[in-house]
Amino acid sequence: MMNYFKMAYRNLGRHRRRSVLSGLALAMGTALLLFIAAFFTGEMRSSMETTLRLNSGHIQVQDADYDPDKLSVAWEYLIENPEQAAAQIEALDQVQAATPRLFASGIVSALDESIGIQIMGIVPESSANDPYRDGIMSGEFLTADDREGIVIGLPLAESLGLKVGDSINLLVNTAEGNVDEQKFIVRGIFSTGTSAYDKGIVFLPLAKAQAFSGAGNHASMIFVLLKDREQADVVAAAIQGEGYQVKTWTELNELLVLVDDFSNAYLAIINLIVLGVTATVIVNTLLMSVFERTREIGILSAIGMKGRQIIALFLAEATLLGAGGIAVGSLIGWALSAYFSKVGVYFGDLGISNDMLLQDRIYTYLTWESAVNLIVTAFIITLLASLYPARLASRMEPVEALHGSN
Amino acid sequence: MEVAKLTDVTRVYKIGEVETRALNGVSVAINSGEFTSLVGPSGSGKTTLLQLIGCLDQPTSGKVIINGKETTNLNRNQRADLRKGTIGFVFQFFALIPTLTAYENVEMPLLLNGKTPAERKQRVMELLEAVDVAQRAHHRPDQLSGGQQQRIAVARALATNPKLILADEPTANLDTENGKQVMDIMKKLNKETGVTFVFATHDPRVISYAERVVTLQDGLIVKDSAQ
Repeated sequence: MMNYFKMAYRNLGRHRRRSVLSGLALAMGTALLLFIAAFFTGEMRSSMETTLRLNSGHIQVQDADYDPDKLSVAWEYLIENPEQAAAQIEALDQVQAATPRLFASGIVSALDESIGIQIMGIVPESSANDPYRDGIMSGEFLTADDREGIVIGLPLAESLGLKVGDSINLLVNTAEGNVDEQKFIVRGIFSTGTSAYDKGIVFLPLAKAQAFSGAGNHASMIFVLLKDREQADVVAAAIQGEGYQVKTWTELNELLVLVDDFSNAYLAIINLIVLGVTATVIVNTLLMSVFERTREIGILSAIGMKGRQIIALFLAEATLLGAGGIAVGSLIGWALSAYFSKVGVYFGDLGISNDMLLQDRIYTYLTWESAVNLIVTAFIITLLASLYPARLASRMEPVEALHGSN
Repeated sequence: MEVAKLTDVTRVYKIGEVETRALNGVSVAINSGEFTSLVGPSGSGKTTLLQLIGCLDQPTSGKVIINGKETTNLNRNQRADLRKGTIGFVFQFFALIPTLTAYENVEMPLLLNGKTPAERKQRVMELLEAVDVAQRAHHRPDQLSGGQQQRIAVARALATNPKLILADEPTANLDTENGKQVMDIMKKLNKETGVTFVFATHDPRVISYAERVVTLQDGLIVKDSAQ
């Protein structure tokens, strides 16, 4: 076995430049695919985390008739005494936080500009609001008893030219189907790093939002975060109740789960295309090698080397070429992924809906599983590709091969 | 004892629509220990005959028996197996593997025969000394003269103690001195080990070494004489 590799190593050394270029093609392919895999994984991970953290949570408890698309604050669509229900849910072992939220549609106007937004009434002290509290860029977060304060997102503040302490007019669609208007003072400006989300939402304390919109002691939902999202079905089953609908994160994010599944299929197709191209380079290199060494193959055959041993010789060359190329490619791919996992790739506001939130900067995330899968696949494809030239060499008739070129 | 026996062997090559009859019903037997020369003009069928004896090619018709074994119906791998233990080759061009050293080239047939490292080392050094290139054992072919390369090819042909060594124009690419050295070594090995040599040539100085001369012309044996 060692002799095959010794011969293979020396044969590759005969045309060092060609071997290096072929190995490099494989290295670039592997590096590119590792980076793409890291990028896709990072993107989906970030999208899932961001969407769960900001928009859907792990579980939502809503009135049986609530329709999140309508943002209605009519009482028949809302949960009564939500703080009591939230406290009961939060008492469960698996639950990290459960908090009422009230959603209403509204319009923010400042100076001569107006923008349609979603008003979210929150219990400020709940840890479920940490992403907003931690994202405060200027000013401060809300307190439960604040009757005039509002917290807005950075993109909204920028587009309306607002800063902390400025006044804004807020219009809300009320429970009775009217419109009410009130002046608020900007207490804080936040950024979650997801412009698509930040530009379309403002926060009020729950009590103020209830009073302003006429929702009384009601909320649109109980927003639940779990310690482990895989426990969602178990917890959902435990909190089912008459007149409520309990939705888990997989039900709330069907689009995202679907895109996640599709992204794996896309990745597999991209892998096959890129590896197919690099495999062609390997086939080409080995074919040239076979044609250049026809006489040598004839000599080996004449002294008794069997077909399978000739195949083994060329497979050994492909193994060395593949191992070298894939090793270098893996290093480059890992280094690129590691770099962009720190600095991220800036995309800005991609304008994706709340069903699939993406941060403005996507951070690559390379998993061992995807790296190992890719490396093993690349290696197998390299070996499979080299079978054709190897078999071609093994099937040469010694007499014809001996008369071939050297 | 006959090492090789060919009976009514014909070999027809077909290139496109054109048929070339390289051998036309040749029968010949090579006995153990002979030092035989195949002579004749270019295109007379010398090389084709050597290739058939060496199981590198198969006849269009007729029988080829090597070391008592009928070879006509053997497949590629069975012929490779037969060559591995029974036949050694020396070619006109210095047919060494360019990436291997002299030592490794001679070692190759022993590796294919599954010899242990100790057996291989002993045999390779013994052979390199016999052909007088032991001091160049770790040089690659491009660092050796034509004569040295051809002597290494002879050593490789002898590595597995074959019954028969086939040499196609072994001195054609060598100067007189190197050609003489190679022939002297082949003759000496024939005498000392009893291995059978069959070589194709049209060099009169090479023919003079032969004990038996088989003359071919237009694919037929026209003369078979001892000298």
